[in-house]
Formats: sequence, structure tokens, C-alpha cells
Amino acid sequence: MLLTQYGYIAIFLIIAIAFGILPLVIALAIRPKKPNPVKLSTYECGLETVGPSWIQFHVGFYLYALVFVIFDVETVFLYPWAVAYGKLGLFALIEMFIFVILLVVGLVYAWRKRALEWK
Amino acid sequence: MEVINNIFVIIRDVIAVMLGFFLPPTLVEAIIAVLVISVFLGFMTVNVMMQVWAERKTIAYMQDRFGPNRVGPFGLMQSVADAVKLLTKEDIIPTHADKWVFRLGPIIVVSTALMVYGVMPFGDGMVIADLNIGILFAISIASIGTIGFLMSGWSSNNKYALLGAMRAVAQMVSYEIPLVLSIIGVVMLVGSLQMSEIVKAQSGLWFVIWQPLGFVIFFIAGLAEINRTPFDMVEADSEIVAGYFIEYSGMRFAVFYLAEYMSAFASAAIAVTLFFGGWQGPLLPPYIWFLLKVWLIFFVMIWIRATLPRVRVDQLMGFAWKVLIPLALLNIFLTGAILQPWYQGLVQGLAK
Repeated sequence: MLLTQYGYIAIFLIIAIAFGILPLVIALAIRPKKPNPVKLSTYECGLETVGPSWIQFHVGFYLYALVFVIFDVETVFLYPWAVAYGKLGLFALIEMFIFVILLVVGLVYAWRKRALEWK
Repeated sequence: MEVINNIFVIIRDVIAVMLGFFLPPTLVEAIIAVLVISVFLGFMTVNVMMQVWAERKTIAYMQDRFGPNRVGPFGLMQSVADAVKLLTKEDIIPTHADKWVFRLGPIIVVSTALMVYGVMPFGDGMVIADLNIGILFAISIASIGTIGFLMSGWSSNNKYALLGAMRAVAQMVSYEIPLVLSIIGVVMLVGSLQMSEIVKAQSGLWFVIWQPLGFVIFFIAGLAEINRTPFDMVEADSEIVAGYFIEYSGMRFAVFYLAEYMSAFASAAIAVTLFFGGWQGPLLPPYIWFLLKVWLIFFVMIWIRATLPRVRVDQLMGFAWKVLIPLALLNIFLTGAILQPWYQGLVQGLAK
């Protein structure tokens, strides 16, 4: 085992990216190229596009993102705890219970504030 | 029997020994890695074609149709014909698109979908890299794909594409938490994140017996993560036409399609590894068992697609946050309580 396991992952990453590019390169040799302005226009049910597409979007997405970040960090903390759980005993369970309850309070707060409603 | 069970590992080792006569060991390892990955990629490409065919055929029979039946026996060559057709199609990049982000999007999506298999054990020792953080690697790589979706949706400069991408991100972000939380139960039982350890821990009973709630949450959240019906809000052909990949054509579209089916297969494969004993099974070789189980899960996914209508977007988000996450947390505490010595003492006391 001279290459470490991560060496294999690195080789795989390079090949995986090549796997995404290779079909496009092959297609480049075969496919026709006859562009015209109408063909290259933005698709919208056969009509001219009205107004810009890169606009401000709904703030609801941002709220979800905020709640997500909190819970995602929580799960990162839960993983080492889960791996070591067998060796830690009852204390670990109670401790994690308190930790999660604190976060559940946050979830309940977001729920009551209707941040989880899709409007 | 032993030889058949480990045939791929033996071939790999024989090639390594033979190369070892001429080349320095590090180079041999690198060549072996490239060979293994190439064989795997060849398998995956054929597998995706089979998946597309199987899905179309199954849904057709469930809807009382024949499905693809013209190209080759039973229409088996249909996917090949489609691939060739897409290969010869013109590549259109809209004038208003952000060209480089537009090109990068599908590459990120497909390479992350592939990378998930980096830690997947197809058999005893049949794994590209048996990382000690295995399952954590798989789920974190899988969630990078979200960035690819957002990139392709945003750069298309198309309203449908942007809507699709925003929905994709909101949905995948929401369902990722129950998905990750549902795995914690299994990790607690095993005490390790390594995929091979998780499989070996199930040599007695499958974890689906110990973690039924965990499996149900994982399966539902997994369906949502890969944007399959009934959670295909992201694509929703009838409202936003195809979502984030609406402006993609030809081979770029094919790459998205490939990634979608590879993620579906990966999701099924993780489910098998975590809850259905991985490659373990009697009589048949391990890799056959693994593929049988994964295809069975994939069949259930097709079945669900043929059965259920698409859910509404507010129901979708509400379900993740208000049902799945509390249930997943409950599952963790139930698992924790069951693993405590006092509980097991109680069970043994009652048994007497």
C-alpha cells in the first residue's frame, strides 16, 4: 500500500472530471455547427424573453439556507459522537440530548415564526 | 467457489504482480488504480444504459404499453441509439448565457455523481478506496453536486432554469439533513464510518431490522436528493419544462442524464450498503448479490415513479422540516437508548 487511500481518490477525481469532458470532445468532432441568432436565443415558449432573468429571488430561499447551515453544522458534530458512542456510555447520551434539544428549540422557533412555510 | 467469489480481486492482484517485474511499485499502484477505475467506468456506462432501458420498459408495462421494442431484442439497444443520436446533435449555448459557468455545470454534476462510488464496496475488497471516513465522504461529495445544478441553472440566463435551480438547491439542502441524520443511527451501531466495517457488521442481521425508521427516512430523503418522482419539483416538465438543464442540448444534456441515473444508482447502493448487508449473501458471488440488491431498490424507485404524482412545493419543504427531521432525531435517541447497558439489562431481565 504505497499510494495512500487518498491517492486513489485523487486519481479517481482526475478521471471523473475527464469522464465529464471526454463525451463533449468526441461530440465536438461529430456534431454539426450551424448557429443562427434565433437558435441561440433564450428559450421561452417561442416568444422573445421579457425582462432580465438574473433578478432578486424570493427571500424564503434565504431563510431555508440559514436554518440549513445550523442543522448541517449540528450533524457534523453528531458524527464523531456517533462513532465513539459505544465507548462513552450514558453521559454521552444525556449530553447529546441537551445539545440537540437546544437546536430543536431553534427549529420550533423557526416553525412558530412561519419561516418554514413556503409562500 | 473461492476463486469465483474473488475473481476481480485475483485478476487485479495478478496484473499487479506481473507489472511489478518491470516497473517501480508506486507506478504499479497508479496503473492498477487507473485500470480499476476504467473498468468501473465501463461498467457504469453500460449500467446507466440498462437503467434507462429498464425504467422505460417497467413504466411502460405498468402503464399498459410496450415501451421501447424496435431497436434490438426487447428494445435493449434503444439507449445506445439514443446516445448515438445525442452525440451527433448540435451543441447550443445561448447568446445571453454565462458561457464558462454554463460549460462547467454539467462537468461538476457528473464528476461528483461518479466520485460517490469511490468508497462503494462492490464485493469483498472490490472498492476503489476504502477510506476510514467512507460514508461521510460519500454524502459530502454527493452534496457538492448541488453547486453544479445551481451553476447550470444560473448561467443559462433563463427564467425556467433559474427557477429549477433555486428549487433544486432548496430541496436538496432541506432533504440533506434528514438523510445525514438517518445515517447516524447506523454509525452508532457500527462505531465506524468505514464502508467495509459497516458491511461486515451486518454479517448477522441486516441493519434494516435494527433501523427500520432510519431506512424509511433515508429512502425518502434519498429520493428527494436525486430529484426523482414524487420529488421531481426540480424538473417538473409540465411547469418549468425541465428546470436547470432546459438550455442544454446534445452531449451536455446527455451528461446530465448520465449523472442523474448514476446518482439514483449510488443512492440505492448506499442504501444497500448501510441497511441491507452490502455484498453479503449466501451461495452467489458477493458482487452478484450487491448488484441484485441495488437493482431491486432501483426497481422500487421506478415503481414509486409509476405510482405517485408529484407533490406540491410547499408540501415538499414542509415534509422535510416538520416530519422527517424530528423523526430522524427521534431515531437517533431511540438508537442511543437501546444501545445503553441498562436497557439491555432490562430486556434480559424481562426475558427471564
